[in-house]
Amino acid sequence: MAFRLKLVPEKTNFDFFKHQVATFGFSVFMVLASIVLVLVMGLNLGIDFRGGTTIRTEADQTEPVDIGAYRSAIAPLDLGDVLITQVYDPNFRADQKVVTIRIQAQDGQEAISPDTQAKVLESLKSVNKDIKIVATESIGPKVSGELIWTAIWSVLAAVAAILVYIWLRFEWQFSVGAVAALIHDVTVTVGIFALFQIKFDLSIIAALLTILGYSINDTVVVFDRLRENLVKYKKMPLREVMNLSVNETLSRTVMTSGTTLLALISLLVLGGDVIRNFVFAMTWGVIVGTYSSVYVAKNIVLFIGLDRNKEKKDPSEKFFDKTDVATD
Amino acid sequence: MLHISLWKRVLILIIILIGVVFAAPNIFYNRVEGHNDAVAAAAKGESLTPEQQAAQAGWPDWLPSDIVNLGLDLRGGAQLLAEVNVDEVYKARVDALWPEFRKALAAERGTLGSIRRLNADPGVLRIQIGNADQIAEAQKIAETLNNPVSSLTGVGQKTLAITTQGNQLIIQLSDAEKAATDDRTMQQSLEIVRRRIDAAGTREPTIVREGSDRILIQVPGASSAQEIKQLIGTTAKLTFNSVIGTSSNPNEAVGSDQEILPSADQKGLYYILDSLPVVTGEDLTDARPDTDQNGYPAVAFRFNASAARTFGDYTQNNIGKPFAIVLDNKVISAPTIQSHIAGGSGIITGRFTVKEATDLALLLRAGALPASMTFLEERTIGPELGADSIAAGKMAAAVGAVLVVVFMIASYGTFGVFASLALAINIALIFAILSVIGGTLTLPGIAGIVLTMGTAVDANVLVFERIREELRNQQKAKAARAIELGYERAMSAIVDANVTTFLTAVILFVLGAGPVRGFAVTFLIGIITSVFTAIWVTRLFVSIWFARRRPRELVL
Repeated sequence: MAFRLKLVPEKTNFDFFKHQVATFGFSVFMVLASIVLVLVMGLNLGIDFRGGTTIRTEADQTEPVDIGAYRSAIAPLDLGDVLITQVYDPNFRADQKVVTIRIQAQDGQEAISPDTQAKVLESLKSVNKDIKIVATESIGPKVSGELIWTAIWSVLAAVAAILVYIWLRFEWQFSVGAVAALIHDVTVTVGIFALFQIKFDLSIIAALLTILGYSINDTVVVFDRLRENLVKYKKMPLREVMNLSVNETLSRTVMTSGTTLLALISLLVLGGDVIRNFVFAMTWGVIVGTYSSVYVAKNIVLFIGLDRNKEKKDPSEKFFDKTDVATD
Repeated sequence: MLHISLWKRVLILIIILIGVVFAAPNIFYNRVEGHNDAVAAAAKGESLTPEQQAAQAGWPDWLPSDIVNLGLDLRGGAQLLAEVNVDEVYKARVDALWPEFRKALAAERGTLGSIRRLNADPGVLRIQIGNADQIAEAQKIAETLNNPVSSLTGVGQKTLAITTQGNQLIIQLSDAEKAATDDRTMQQSLEIVRRRIDAAGTREPTIVREGSDRILIQVPGASSAQEIKQLIGTTAKLTFNSVIGTSSNPNEAVGSDQEILPSADQKGLYYILDSLPVVTGEDLTDARPDTDQNGYPAVAFRFNASAARTFGDYTQNNIGKPFAIVLDNKVISAPTIQSHIAGGSGIITGRFTVKEATDLALLLRAGALPASMTFLEERTIGPELGADSIAAGKMAAAVGAVLVVVFMIASYGTFGVFASLALAINIALIFAILSVIGGTLTLPGIAGIVLTMGTAVDANVLVFERIREELRNQQKAKAARAIELGYERAMSAIVDANVTTFLTAVILFVLGAGPVRGFAVTFLIGIITSVFTAIWVTRLFVSIWFARRRPRELVL
């Protein structure tokens, strides 16, 4: 027999609902904790959402960067709220020191004015005369205000679209479960951004939508099996059918999460600092999404219960020739 | 099911082949780009330099030469989002109406009484008449000057909204006319911005209208957005006005036909001008940098025939009087007319540097913007940062691909090899489609491709796991039957899972902006190609392999 890497044994019989109260309680706790975190600590909104300017500077120097010197060089310009952070990345050369400077939106200006930018560069030259600006991004309050709404709408629209699709393809109980799982994923991801005060910008919204897509993918695969097993084992209690379905698809869940995480982790480590937050959100989301497919979506369906007497015919039969399945 | 009909096999192979051929130019990115640039230059009728000829020969003409566009975050360059202040045009339009209305109303002075223009918000004309009880008559006269809108959408509507308030007529542009005006303003602004940026000679800029009153400008290779701002941030509205007097008080009361404007280089000096210009920058046929008689930088200009005549007559009648050259509401110089200027050409002097003179000439040639612009958003990415991002993205993609392949082969053996081959084809198809539709690859787009590598194998995993199950469940089942069932039964899960993912990706594409949209594009294409490769390409491999080997027992 040839060697096969098997992360999950051939036949598993885990009882995923054994600690039902504990796991579901944990999810509820995580969601609530995330909401509290966002309310108390707030999100570290990037300039996409609050307006302002980020300037990325680079200097060739081997000695460490003195953030204080940067700060005092810029202070006389009186630009209001200024945040200076050094950027680290394994791809950087030893003498490549990268710093980002975030400046709040200036009164009466949309995008940064040419002379403000020139003044900043001039002031920074006093710290290191070879310093150069490698990227600037400036967003006026008008656009950032619009982007917030775009972001909120896109997440809501995605959730609504999924709700409707699952409802059409499965039972309504499934779609409630799936959407509860999605809300869980989004909230917990936003929560971790509040906890660690990681910059939250438009790309994170893209990551959130991707997480939605990934998480629903996972949920649907289990639901699909559940639907099949409900037809197959008409007498088995719902709870056991669910457990069986999760166990049967467990190997696939682990494999797909595995390949996705491998790809994401290589991006996280090697993909550069520009998209690191974006990739971090996705990596975290894949972990949370895998968890929620098993522990949130199914728990909700179990709580609501299914009306198994007026069993709907498997709608996929209309799409695919599955006549031989019924003879099992 | 394991048997795939011949025409399907051929079709799948053709699609793979086309995909690989169209993806191939991206491997030789620089060479193909050089070739394309040279071809574009040749098409414009330029004669090619030896380097360009070499570049053109560097890639055969008969091969596809579409390549993905690199986004600004990868190539480096500048992007600006500008909002055109379309309201400014209303003011100019309404101000121009006053003389016409005054004339029409003054003809009936006997019944209406004295006629006076009152101060009002910009874009509104308020006219007071002496006899308040005749306001209906005044409105009737005003309505005779109200023309129908000439745009397609505004058929049947008038250009002006004329209302009354006590003894005042309130005249402004109607909503239909405002919409038509906005549209014209935007068209003109786009055209002028394009001309100015083209004149500066930058490489393939993108200038598009965004929403109702915004313009998105992307200039690859520009070292900073500030440069572009300087180029398009000035309106460059040039007028020649007669000078009535000078003043040191900027708030001095002037007549309703006059305006007071500051001097560009002398602080505290203000000119009182006739607000109706003699000639304007619109009448210029040419402008170029020059020097004046003292050798200082200046801008030489030439008028078209009718403006040349107007200007000639004006100078002949006003010898010894000063006239003002006004640029964007500042008087840049106010020379005294020495003699009759015939022929319609002259120079503008005004303490310019050489660069200022060159820039002004460029702006005057390109024409004035109909309204000023506010910059809402700007991004500049240096080429080094872009190159670093490409390098990092390539590295991450390569490592990610190797890891996924190793993991798949370790888990599924021969079938893992098939899935990995399908993955490679999948990536080629993504690049082929991106190249052909002229899509833009951004850094988040690269992330989308790497993510697709992780998720694309999902459909294969679903099938392989199902085959394993079938092999277990039906001990007697033949290998062929298990494979068939595996594909059949995994199908509904594959479809449901991908449709939902596709829905979120579509929303991301529709609502996303800039780099996020780049991510959505690769992600969307990735979903389509991964379903194709997983369902058809791997199955084709499995079927060919099975037909050759005819294994009695299947190990998966």
